[in-house]
Amino acid sequence: MGSVKLSATNQVTHPYPLRWRSRTYAILGLLIAFVAVVAFATTIGSVQIPFFTTWRVLLSQLPLVDITPNWPSTIETIILEIRLPRVILAGLVGAALAIAGATYQGLFRNPLADPYLIGVAQGASLGAVIGFLLPFEWHGIGFGIIPILAFAGAVLSVAIVYSLARVGKTLPVTTLILAGVALGALWGSIVSYLIITSGEKIHGIIFWLMGSFSLSEWSEVRVVLPYVVVGVAIILLYARSLNIMQLDEEQAQQLGINVEKVKLILLAAATMITAAAVSFVGTIGFVGIIIPHAVRLIWGPDHRFLLPLSVLTGGVFLILADLVARTALAPMEIPVGVITAICGVPFFLYLLRRKRRAVFF
Amino acid sequence: MIKLEVQRLSLAYGRDVVVRDLTFRVMPGEMVGLIGPNGSGKSTIIKALSRVIDPYSGKILLNGKDIAKIRREDLARLLGVVPQMPLLPSTFTAFEIVLMGRNPHLRLLQYEGARDVAITWRAMERTATHSLAERRVGELSGGEIQRIVIARVLAQEPESILLDEPTANLDISHQVEILDLIKNLCLENNLTVVVALHDLNLASQYCDRLILINSGRVHAQGTPIEVINPQNIKEVYGAEGCVYSHPVNRLPTVLLKAGSSKHTKPGESQRS
Repeated sequence: MGSVKLSATNQVTHPYPLRWRSRTYAILGLLIAFVAVVAFATTIGSVQIPFFTTWRVLLSQLPLVDITPNWPSTIETIILEIRLPRVILAGLVGAALAIAGATYQGLFRNPLADPYLIGVAQGASLGAVIGFLLPFEWHGIGFGIIPILAFAGAVLSVAIVYSLARVGKTLPVTTLILAGVALGALWGSIVSYLIITSGEKIHGIIFWLMGSFSLSEWSEVRVVLPYVVVGVAIILLYARSLNIMQLDEEQAQQLGINVEKVKLILLAAATMITAAAVSFVGTIGFVGIIIPHAVRLIWGPDHRFLLPLSVLTGGVFLILADLVARTALAPMEIPVGVITAICGVPFFLYLLRRKRRAVFF
Repeated sequence: MIKLEVQRLSLAYGRDVVVRDLTFRVMPGEMVGLIGPNGSGKSTIIKALSRVIDPYSGKILLNGKDIAKIRREDLARLLGVVPQMPLLPSTFTAFEIVLMGRNPHLRLLQYEGARDVAITWRAMERTATHSLAERRVGELSGGEIQRIVIARVLAQEPESILLDEPTANLDISHQVEILDLIKNLCLENNLTVVVALHDLNLASQYCDRLILINSGRVHAQGTPIEVINPQNIKEVYGAEGCVYSHPVNRLPTVLLKAGSSKHTKPGESQRS
């Protein structure tokens, strides 16, 4: 056979398997941290519940754990029906925004890309604002019409951007970004106009736009969870392809990647999870751009590690940010988007200075 | 054994036909050079052979099978490409770049295993880049990047290698080093190699056969001695080239003379 033959010997030792092993440990460590942070955040809130009582309530919910309840049922309701769904939703949204940001950055080979770059956020905002301004209320499936309209707005917006940017059988990335930014600006100006004419509903709209997890319920977790799980799984499958697409498209094709197909799949998956996340909690900023960069600075640009590490770091970060948002000025709630910026940006700038190397390219 | 056949191939950007009616064949163990002036279509042909652009008309066959009908990951196992001035993401390490060559051998759900790591390492040893494994691409020189990309092609374990100006921007010692490496790989593994070169002397030294392209058409093809002669040089390049035979191996060698270009007025051309 005429082919390059490189006799594969397994004796060679060099840093690579070692480096992969340490990154795998980082994933496992963060997974444990994620669970710990969920439990920790659930113990803190406006009603004082002893630390160990909270843990006992949480553990009693696990299968195969036998703890006889010795706490009042109101405490169980606060922990299981108010705090836990909120913490879990925050974790899901943080994970979704972080991996969507990492995916868009990789796909567009652009360090400034975030999950909202191609019109998802502006489309969702327009849908949500229209929902706020509807003259009637509708509670068909437990969470009102606003998330449904926000989701529709987000997906529709990206679909329009996509069809505008498509040239024949290919999707030039620059055209996609420009079309997304332009259409996003259009939606944004319509949203601004609707806000100033919205009268007394303005407070609710502004709060939604800045993002908040107040009023989170299990019904919302149940809707967001499948999108995030499926979306994240699809994106993780294409981690190696994303690495190779950091070369130019021509080289990626010559290395066996069906570039247009991968672009379409990743775009669809990242858009779906972003839209699902944003629809319920509003357009929370900074998570999608800062978390992937922080992960890159610490663990390097390899998407096979960058993507899962972003999922976990994003989840942990947003749970903690929401914890600050609901407790710092209690009983007043701060929009979580404000906290992500106030807490996230200094940490990110610290990393940037400490590592002193190119963030991305 | 892999055989590359190009049948009456025409290539176009939009409706602008840049390569017309190209026919040639490359056999295993053979290194064929594409030569011709800038803009003659050499890079376009390399792109078509690797299915980055589709033919306007005509066919490209690998072992008798039309490459348009081969899935991209299957094609990447048969055919590797060293592009001209490859763009690499600067924060990836050299090892990570070379490892990308294993992609066509891996399934969607598969991660690189010990065997892939070992093959990658061997490819880096073969190209003397293993000492660079941990370095970030942004820190490497042009010659080192060129060798990294060749290592990536080796890790791909293809049966055919296409190279687009692999020696552009390299000094003479690196030019010889890279082409020696490719020539040896070609002979040892019976590979089918197509290389686009603008340096006629390198083409003459290394290639078994040359295809001289002029404005998208084949002007001449054959052995270096048949193709590189004063008449062809004058017809294609418009320059008065002096072709000598190499003092050691007798292969044709082109020496240039100042003032011999077609832009020089007749009276000035005799300047010495």
